Amino acid sequence: MNSATTSTPVSERGGIDPRWGKLAIIWLALLTVPLWLPFLGGYTALAGRVLVLGLAAMSFNILLGFTGVMSFGHAAYFGLGAYGAGLALKYVTPSTPLALVCGTLLGGLAGGIVGAFIARRRGVYFAMATVAFGQIGFYIAYTWNDLTGGYDGLRGFVRAPIHLGFATLDITNNSTLFYYFLLAMFAGAVALQGLLLGSPFGRTLLAIRENERRARFLGIPIDWHIWLSFTISCVFTGFAGSLYALLNNFADPMAMHYSLSGEIVIMAVMGGMRSFWGPLVGAAIFVVAQDYISSMTVNWMSFVGLIFVLVVLFFPRGLLGMFQRKEAA
Amino acid sequence: MLQVVLFNVTNGLIIGAFYVLMALGLSLILNLSNVINFAHGNFLALGGYTAFVLTPYIGFWGALLVSPFITAILGLIIERLMIRHVYRRDPVYSLLLTFGLAFIIQDLCRYIFGPNGLPLGVPDAMAAPLSQSLFFITWYRVFNVTVVVLAVIALFSFLRFTRVGVRIRAGTLDLETVSVLGVNVGFLRSFNFGLGCLLAGLAGVLAGGQIGLNPNMGDDLLMPSFIAIIVGGVGSLTGTLIGGLLIGVAAAVTTVFWSSGSEAVIYIIMAVVLIIRPRGLMGEEGMLT
Repeated sequence: MNSATTSTPVSERGGIDPRWGKLAIIWLALLTVPLWLPFLGGYTALAGRVLVLGLAAMSFNILLGFTGVMSFGHAAYFGLGAYGAGLALKYVTPSTPLALVCGTLLGGLAGGIVGAFIARRRGVYFAMATVAFGQIGFYIAYTWNDLTGGYDGLRGFVRAPIHLGFATLDITNNSTLFYYFLLAMFAGAVALQGLLLGSPFGRTLLAIRENERRARFLGIPIDWHIWLSFTISCVFTGFAGSLYALLNNFADPMAMHYSLSGEIVIMAVMGGMRSFWGPLVGAAIFVVAQDYISSMTVNWMSFVGLIFVLVVLFFPRGLLGMFQRKEAA
Repeated sequence: MLQVVLFNVTNGLIIGAFYVLMALGLSLILNLSNVINFAHGNFLALGGYTAFVLTPYIGFWGALLVSPFITAILGLIIERLMIRHVYRRDPVYSLLLTFGLAFIIQDLCRYIFGPNGLPLGVPDAMAAPLSQSLFFITWYRVFNVTVVVLAVIALFSFLRFTRVGVRIRAGTLDLETVSVLGVNVGFLRSFNFGLGCLLAGLAGVLAGGQIGLNPNMGDDLLMPSFIAIIVGGVGSLTGTLIGGLLIGVAAAVTTVFWSSGSEAVIYIIMAVVLIIRPRGLMGEEGMLT
């Protein structure tokens, strides 16, 4: 345990001072988005995308960055979250909270089942199995035309206003209000993640990442923790996916395709996978870059591919990873 | 009915043969270098497009011989420029790198050759059916399966009887020891990567003659190839071979009874194998787990 906390300059959860500044900057930026984004040529839906994909990348990073296990199929749980929310809104009842619960449960349940199959695998084998299992979701969404709308995606639902008893939040039409709704959901999920990773459970995951064999000798049930970490990560990813469905009023089979899994991974790595907020930063850069590039050229795929290659070859520690190195030095 | 079953089984064998070529290449690279080559399907497309460019000059047969080697050379260049730098790093980086390469190569193919499918001309004699009653099996399909069988025999003999081949197999088991014994591991990995791309290129030419060329022609083969490796067991080329044939035929037979179930059965096979034999059919316990 001790070696895991001292040998890594990664999560300085113990120290307090530098983190408050970082937290203040991040939340100030997120809270004021609707004020300054239009001046930079952005739009609120784009900011929503950053939040949602950022949450997905942070959820994924519980696994990659904080457990040291490589999943390459997280789009499946993201997409299942989206479909869960969409189907609940369309066929059950137009209630936003119910949609969120359904999407989260669907993503988490699928994650739990898949995790049981693969929790004993490691390394590239684990990654390959997660890709293959992940494609099952895409395949079902693609084939089960009657329920999911097949290739065209699931349409015909809109996010419903939220009744709080004393007031009604009209998130359906007011996009700024919806952004703050997303932000509140994001804050809740991220706070939970922070508590989880700071808890003894989170420390155990770090120990597994740092030295699995030593952790095993300390009596930690490794496979069980990896399964838990995978499932928890999928629950959060499913939650992000259901927010995505609300954001777009649409669930799309491509949201389950392994190319989105790859994008989630690159967001985490680009921002800095050893840092708690890194994936959010990575998501912001990637989503904005993708939005900009695809509006400029039809060959956007080359440029997105180039981002992958450049990050891997030249910035493997990610943006926040580079800052951390400076702080540590 | 018999004809339908026969048609689907031969179809399955042919598709299985493509899976096998693709999965063997992936498996070679995975076993030795711990890299999941996401761009493997795009090397397949490169092979097909190279043949398309070469056919007017040297004919289909010439292209069939030359394109796999050109694909291998392209693969070697990419390996040397990029992939070699991530061997020592966490596997997440090689995954991301090949993933990005897949995007780039696919987009380049689309940019150069257009988004629409192109036909790869097969000699007329090859396009003819075997006989009146077996009208659904062209000579080209028989030829495809023959070439794949020969290629697999050649690959396995190469790995068994040549010095480099033996080193590749030894490196699969314990690269560190092989390195200590004085083998140039960098060369071994490059050679092995080129070999994998060669197989992909060959599959690309064959598949191009069968189903035509398009920029994402390899994508549909990638996932089944992954599953073939998982089913066969990571670390075992024989396993990959069996896995590829198994899922190819199983998918085709399923199509007879349930037209959209071919993909479902592949995933079901994977899940069943992982439940009853988690290391895969031929996988050894402890290999790459």
